[in-house]
Amino acid sequence: MKTYDAIVVGAGHNGLTNAAFLAKAGLDVLCVEKNEYIGGATVSRNLYKDWIYSNASYVCSLLRPEIFRALELSRHGLQITPYGGGTVFMQKGGYLGSYPDHDVHHREYSRFSKNDADAYERFSADTMRQCRFVRDFLLRTPADPTSFKPKDLKRLAHLGSKFFEMGEDRMYDTIRFWTMSVAEYLDEYFETDVIKAALSGSGIIGTALGIHSPGTAYVLLHHYMGEVDGNMGAWGFARGGMGAVAEAIAGAFQAYGGELRRDAGVEQILVKRGKVKGVALTNGEEIDARIVVSGMDVKRTFLKCMDKKDLPADFYHRVENFKIRGSSGKLNIALDGMPSFPALPKGSPLLDGDMHFIDSMERMERAYDDWKEGTWSKDPYVDMVIPTVSDPTMAPPGKHFMSCFVQYCPAKINGREWKPEEREAFGQTVIDQIAEYSPDFKDLILHVEVRTPKEIEDEAGLTEGNIFHGELTMDQLMFNRPVPGYAQYRAPVAGLYMCGSSTHPGGGVIAAPGANAAREILFDLSRSNTVPETFGDD
Amino acid sequence: MTIQEVQLDRKKSPFYSRQAKLDRLNQWHEWKGYSSADAFYNAELEYFAIRNSTAVFDLTPMTKYRITGPDSLDYIDRLVTRDMRKIKPGRVAYAVWCDDQGQVIDDGTIFHLMEGEYRLCSQERHMEWLTAAAIGLDVNIKEETADIAALAVQGPTSYSVLKNLGLDGVENLKLFGLMDFDFEGTNLMVSRTGYTGDLGYELWIDPSKAEALWDALFEAGTNYGIMAIGTTALEQSRIEAGYLAAYEDFLPALATVRTGRSRSPFEIGLGWLVDFKKPNFNGRRALAREKRSGSTWRLVKLDIEGNKPASHSYIYTKKYGRFRQVGFVTSAAWSPICKHNIAIGTVRTPNGKVGDTLWVEIYYQREMHWTRLMAKAEVVGKPFWDPERRRVTPPGVY
Repeated sequence: MKTYDAIVVGAGHNGLTNAAFLAKAGLDVLCVEKNEYIGGATVSRNLYKDWIYSNASYVCSLLRPEIFRALELSRHGLQITPYGGGTVFMQKGGYLGSYPDHDVHHREYSRFSKNDADAYERFSADTMRQCRFVRDFLLRTPADPTSFKPKDLKRLAHLGSKFFEMGEDRMYDTIRFWTMSVAEYLDEYFETDVIKAALSGSGIIGTALGIHSPGTAYVLLHHYMGEVDGNMGAWGFARGGMGAVAEAIAGAFQAYGGELRRDAGVEQILVKRGKVKGVALTNGEEIDARIVVSGMDVKRTFLKCMDKKDLPADFYHRVENFKIRGSSGKLNIALDGMPSFPALPKGSPLLDGDMHFIDSMERMERAYDDWKEGTWSKDPYVDMVIPTVSDPTMAPPGKHFMSCFVQYCPAKINGREWKPEEREAFGQTVIDQIAEYSPDFKDLILHVEVRTPKEIEDEAGLTEGNIFHGELTMDQLMFNRPVPGYAQYRAPVAGLYMCGSSTHPGGGVIAAPGANAAREILFDLSRSNTVPETFGDD
Repeated sequence: MTIQEVQLDRKKSPFYSRQAKLDRLNQWHEWKGYSSADAFYNAELEYFAIRNSTAVFDLTPMTKYRITGPDSLDYIDRLVTRDMRKIKPGRVAYAVWCDDQGQVIDDGTIFHLMEGEYRLCSQERHMEWLTAAAIGLDVNIKEETADIAALAVQGPTSYSVLKNLGLDGVENLKLFGLMDFDFEGTNLMVSRTGYTGDLGYELWIDPSKAEALWDALFEAGTNYGIMAIGTTALEQSRIEAGYLAAYEDFLPALATVRTGRSRSPFEIGLGWLVDFKKPNFNGRRALAREKRSGSTWRLVKLDIEGNKPASHSYIYTKKYGRFRQVGFVTSAAWSPICKHNIAIGTVRTPNGKVGDTLWVEIYYQREMHWTRLMAKAEVVGKPFWDPERRRVTPPGVY
């Protein structure tokens, strides 16, 4: 029977990226995917007539351009187009816009506060400074601070030099930044509630934390450090939905000679005499490989797809305690036409951006209170986009696809499973909130897919539907991600590696975990490296 | 609740209708949200209007604040590094203000309009900082950029134009002085200030009278070679005058991302604006420390051999036949009036003392091909262009 050089488990964007770089290096690679479609949470699905849904992740910014270039993703059909601006609708009428044009943005903030309009410059500069610090580490394997290997000392020295480069005052700021809440961070700049509410959303998306929870300032950064063609912080749509990202990477993988199998879920990762042997599929088939790379999150990998006997106890318990909490849900909606938003002026460019319906910090925090009490937010934070405004490929002419990311939404209701009527009620909560600002919205709805963490876990395999494969808190970042001592993509079984977003630098369709893991694997195999270096960011 | 929608289009100055009529090039750029012309006819002709006759530049988009209240003097004095107690009503002061680290936030002019009332003009917008810097003081700070239409009227015949406009008494207006006049029943403030280093004035009026003022001014200037100018000509003249531009010759500290990219007043040649006799002002401690231990950077004015402008050039020292890079040019121009190849740059101390010889690496393109040359540059102390007529009161008739 054939023995592959490597089997990559899961055809999400990280699994595929990892597989593509291994195949590019000349390895004989098989990528197995449990679903009949690929992409994991980076997926386009046709669930209603001619509509294409980005039914999990929905916008793209963080995908590393180094990877985009190295895998020739444009040749494989990927196009990311930036979108313009964003809106927060206000309960008492009116709205706050966010515009890509620098001075229009300033004028818009000035409507609320001249202080805040000017403070935005300082906020941008300070946030950019932190982004530049972090960005440099995205395409690098985290240093092991306890190791004295030359490689790790070099990595540590790099971390240290980047840190000291910032200068004394900025070093204080950085330490504070990494540990403070997004609310505290914004309070240092802004006075207007709706402006803070608008900016705070990035601090909690995908996170089971509230705007006042320590660590959420970093989450904001995580959403800001991306770019579309060098425009830092910009977000864009993948033409054809987010599945286009996975399709393009899969195209690259196959062009390098990789083999992709759909409908091939892994039951167990097989270990023989302390060394990985291959995988057993759910249909009973066993496939041998010298190396197995898991694109699944660490809980799914080690708690569900391995025999406990094969794992060290301490590692196992740490994985058990890894924070990967369900905090968000999703509504995907097919629309018969473009809903109107009477608060916005006719032809406003904001219709081409993201929309939000929470206009105060208090409402942001209250949304989190509901989650803590074991239920979905009754007044949720919704990050809504209509990609079909600029993408003609996702819905028939004149029709639209709407993606609503919803926070907060627990994995379980008061500790028990969701009931179907509760799922319906959750969806209705979101629809009602949007309808408050769009009178014709409800009439335009043709089809709704409601996804609680359970559906996301069942389909994409994300434990508790956590979009980042684990919380992006300081205790689970850099050399502590996923667990201390195992941040360099190697699992505690010889030949087994991790390449999902549970590893550094985390989730968000960055594709860096997959790439970084490939670099380590190729190093272990003494193969020449195919993974690009990070672009200089000076 | 009625909502004032944000204006998505670029803003137009109250002089726009008049400027549009003169405009032949259709070359505009954005200046703090406003449309501002690069040039109207020909940048070179416009430049010579500054040095030879009268040039009119629309500076309405410049950020303007009104500072009032019982503590306004204390406030301004603590805000900026120079001693504002010396600036009496009716006088204008060039000033610079710093953050607590002694790094320049911006430079600008402060008009002492009347007892306890000031106007601060700056390149950047600073409401947040100005508000934050008001702690403990009873002042009112109001942005009034759009509430005032402003024109720079600069050049040797500018005095004659204003005189011809009927501004009696303007002959007594001294450099950095300001006076109020009546223009068709509206207050017209005139200050003897500018960004060209030449004889010149700035006119400040209610926007409702902007077009009337423009018309009257151009009428009065017909025989004095009056000409509307854009930013290109102004930029050339301000480099000749040795004036600094934010985002070119220094970066506003609060918007600086990278460490070491901001500058102290000492590092941009504005040490003369720092008055340590004042017991307290923003950045004093840090600046006092820098004064003792020395600065990292020094601003240099360079007189460069040859005639190829040294834009974006590296600056070198040459020792024992070897070049060592010590800084770079931040602004450069060929000076038509002086026939000198001039530049402003930033170099690491101790380089760049007046009289030092430095070298600049110039790249220039002729018919697609690029040429690189190393040109000798002398560090000069004085502005390249500083004519006597700039200060003489009453001004001469040219």
